[in-house]
Amino acid sequence: MPEGASKKFMFVNRTAPYGTVYALESLEVVLITAAFDQEVCLVFVDDGVWQLKKGQQTKGIETKNFSPTYRALEDYDVEKLYVERESLDARGLAEDDLIVAVTVLPAAELGKLMAEQDVVLSF
Amino acid sequence: MLNIVNKSPLDRNALDACLRIAAPGALLLIEDGVYAAIRGTAVEARITAALARFRVYALLPDLEARAVADRVIDGVTTIGYDGFVDLVAEHDACQSWL
Repeated sequence: MPEGASKKFMFVNRTAPYGTVYALESLEVVLITAAFDQEVCLVFVDDGVWQLKKGQQTKGIETKNFSPTYRALEDYDVEKLYVERESLDARGLAEDDLIVAVTVLPAAELGKLMAEQDVVLSF
Repeated sequence: MLNIVNKSPLDRNALDACLRIAAPGALLLIEDGVYAAIRGTAVEARITAALARFRVYALLPDLEARAVADRVIDGVTTIGYDGFVDLVAEHDACQSWL
């Protein structure tokens, strides 16, 4: 890749936080990718939308609460967060339940966005 | 029998298998399984129906970690780790539906 060139990276998050390590690992790779000045966007679908649920309190499970990190993403110039409408609906969640501002898209729109990416990484 | 489910019902069919096969008794939802215990999801009706056959419990620390402790379905009992231990001690056997 020539110096200064950047690719469009999409991170697709489909797993709930804490039950597995995927959500946390995704965040790590997102931050690394952003540090290399790549164009990064995040997508949350299926149980991945739970990652953004407001009010997580992890003291009882003695695990790090990494949800505040989603709010810090804009400091890394990661500002494009997309959530699938159908996934929110199936979980009884509204935009207001989420810890950060996101763009809610129907599945078909999300698919178009995916098709435009250079790299798609799934977690 | 104490049946334990730790997988999200919106992602895996562990809960469905448990509810289809297990004889009436106790059902404990832990880890990502606690998403079955809350109102407003596409699978809510499965738990409300199961309440006729099972005493249903959900682990509070897991509900709190996932920020859903405030939307537990009526009839589901929330318990802590001490309650978890009591349940295991009360039952002759446990089955984890992994």
